Amino acid sequence: MRVRFVRWPLLFITLLSLVLTACGSQPAAAPTAAPTTAPAESTEEFTFGMVLVGPINDGGWNQAHYEAAQYVVEKVPGVKFIYIDKVNPADRPNVKVEQAIEELIGQGARLIITNSAEFADGTNIAAAAHPDVYFIHASGDKVLTGEAPPNVRNLMGRMEYGKMIAGCAAALTTENGKLAYLGPLIDPETRRLVNSTYLGARYCWENYRGRSADELAFKVTWIGFWFNIPGVTLDPTKVANDFINEGYDVILSGIDTTEGIVEANKATQAGKRVFAVPYDFKGACAQGEAVCLGVPYFNWGPDYKRLVELARSGQWEPAWEWTGPNWSNINDPDTSMIGFVKGPALSAENAAKLDEFIAKLADGSLNLFTGPLYYQDGSVFVPEGQVADDKTIWYTQQLLAGIEGQSAP
Amino acid sequence: MLWLRQLPDRYTRMRLDRLKPLASLTRPLLALLAAFVLTTIALLSSGVAPLEAYRLILFGAFSTPVRLSDMIMLAAPLLLCSVGLSITFAGGLYNLGVEGQMIAGAIAAMVPLRLWPDWPPLLLWLLAGLSGAAGGALWALLIGGLRRYAGVSEIFAGLGMNFLASGLALYLVLGPWRRQTSASLSGTDLLPRELWLPTVDRLRLAPAAPVIALIALVIVWWALTKTRWGLEVRAVGLNPAAAARLGIVTARRMAETLAACGALAGTAGMLQVVAVHHALIPNISSGIGLLGLLVALLARADPRWLLPIAVAFAAFTVGSIQLPLTLGIDSAIAGVLQGALVLFALATRARR
Repeated sequence: MRVRFVRWPLLFITLLSLVLTACGSQPAAAPTAAPTTAPAESTEEFTFGMVLVGPINDGGWNQAHYEAAQYVVEKVPGVKFIYIDKVNPADRPNVKVEQAIEELIGQGARLIITNSAEFADGTNIAAAAHPDVYFIHASGDKVLTGEAPPNVRNLMGRMEYGKMIAGCAAALTTENGKLAYLGPLIDPETRRLVNSTYLGARYCWENYRGRSADELAFKVTWIGFWFNIPGVTLDPTKVANDFINEGYDVILSGIDTTEGIVEANKATQAGKRVFAVPYDFKGACAQGEAVCLGVPYFNWGPDYKRLVELARSGQWEPAWEWTGPNWSNINDPDTSMIGFVKGPALSAENAAKLDEFIAKLADGSLNLFTGPLYYQDGSVFVPEGQVADDKTIWYTQQLLAGIEGQSAP
Repeated sequence: MLWLRQLPDRYTRMRLDRLKPLASLTRPLLALLAAFVLTTIALLSSGVAPLEAYRLILFGAFSTPVRLSDMIMLAAPLLLCSVGLSITFAGGLYNLGVEGQMIAGAIAAMVPLRLWPDWPPLLLWLLAGLSGAAGGALWALLIGGLRRYAGVSEIFAGLGMNFLASGLALYLVLGPWRRQTSASLSGTDLLPRELWLPTVDRLRLAPAAPVIALIALVIVWWALTKTRWGLEVRAVGLNPAAAARLGIVTARRMAETLAACGALAGTAGMLQVVAVHHALIPNISSGIGLLGLLVALLARADPRWLLPIAVAFAAFTVGSIQLPLTLGIDSAIAGVLQGALVLFALATRARR
């Protein structure tokens, strides 16, 4: 008996040590090979990498970033793109942002784009450790606050305009004046986007529908993160259905994914009349054409192309950029960061009114951030006769009076 | 039942115990083979060359100093948890609450760090360590209490306490301990830089973490195999009724094993806070406790096997990060391998 038991472990240990020593030498050779090939490549090929918080096919925020990267590859010759998606504590519990960034740098990336507000700290840590690599932290503001190393830039789109248009489309269409906003987590960015949606909705409700602002119900429910994490966030599918059951007939989405339009579509197929305005990604209406009023979307491509070329030329400087739409054509794929695609559910009559609204925003005759504007607690956001400046809008403290929902966690 | 007759003989000759680790080797080996077969099938079905995938999964973590240091930083809490679990296994308890004990430890460790951030770092780390260990131990003792006084199996009590602990972490991150400007599931504000456990230049390797884990391994190995206490624990694990008749206070030994395991898991949670995430995040335990269960199961609570298996599992996890980049497949394949190992380890264990 004993002999047999001894033989097995011996065999096992021998095999294991053989395997370990045999293959242990292989990876050791890899890193020495990498630096020799990397400089040779860099003269002809420029690799940029992206760390995404969600999956590249989410029909929202992350897909918009991913397709922007594809746009860069298409437009700029000699550029290679690599990425790691789903970098979040639920999908990859033991992967930190810095780790993902280092994997990309290890694969030769010279410019790294990180696409979540959550990545601010990790991006700065990695940037400090790799001063020779360029970083774009999308949606962040650490350059503005002075906390970012000099190789970091921030980039964000002025989605406020997209959201105003979205709110207007919702207010033009709603039958009972009840609009619902599917919110992600609570921070200054999400607050200012909710406020923008409300301002657009209220303006069109009053000016095109001829109704009083008091008759407009606008409710936001925050799920707690950018997308559903089962057991941790509120389930956006359930939240959307709660909206529908409470009688809200337009669901505006502020989250990365498409539960809002999907559930509105289901409810409509079941005989109710519910519309949806998805978010982030140009193609998001595809999840429910029949109920889609339109989608405000990010078009990161042109800016990423410009910054990739900037990094490649070595003329990089730290900057915090907040890019607006190209008002001459907000849907121009080569110049406009922010766009709005009208959906099939928007009537022709309302589409014409929406165009009129967009034209007013475009020529500057209408600025919805004009005072007096009040926060939920009654304090003044923008005093009468004044117009909010960029910093005031960026660091929005609360939701506006008239919105139902939490301003602070 | 040979060992029973020998027990009164001052526990001098536990021949069965000396035989056990050898006999038990065939089963982990079988589980290992079966797991690899299953994973290979999964790889082949997704159209990936299994050899290349295995090269990354098994050895990717050793390819650069950065990855190696990340692997060590994962292996340290994993080893702490599995060492703790080897105590409860020896005592015949299935402490599935290890994940919750880790979270409780992380939360408890945050308390002194948040209360007195201006105190000297060394003192704060010590306090955080003690507080983390105490938090984990208390959380584990609650399970012991439920088992002893309410008759709840420690398995279900543990799972329930896991939910409670992660709920508590979630509440703190979104509530009282939320960031200054926003409430996000990404966690609390980062700790001040000077409170991060010191790391080796440009790496995320905090040498204190693996040192603590190795010290714990040695102490537990010694306590379980060389002391009367360890012998009693194992006696309780093998047959509580018989052990009781021999004068061992079984309830006390069980509580002690749970508390010890909880303290080690709590220490792992503390390390996650001060050495890895530098903040409290909702998923602070990151499944390390459950992975530790698997390590302990595979090692069959034999301390000598804990270190290599913990290192191997940490290496799988770190190595697989490269999979989506180089092979275009999801890194979850490492989870398939680990999951298959759980499955087969449990299956072979059940066939005892």
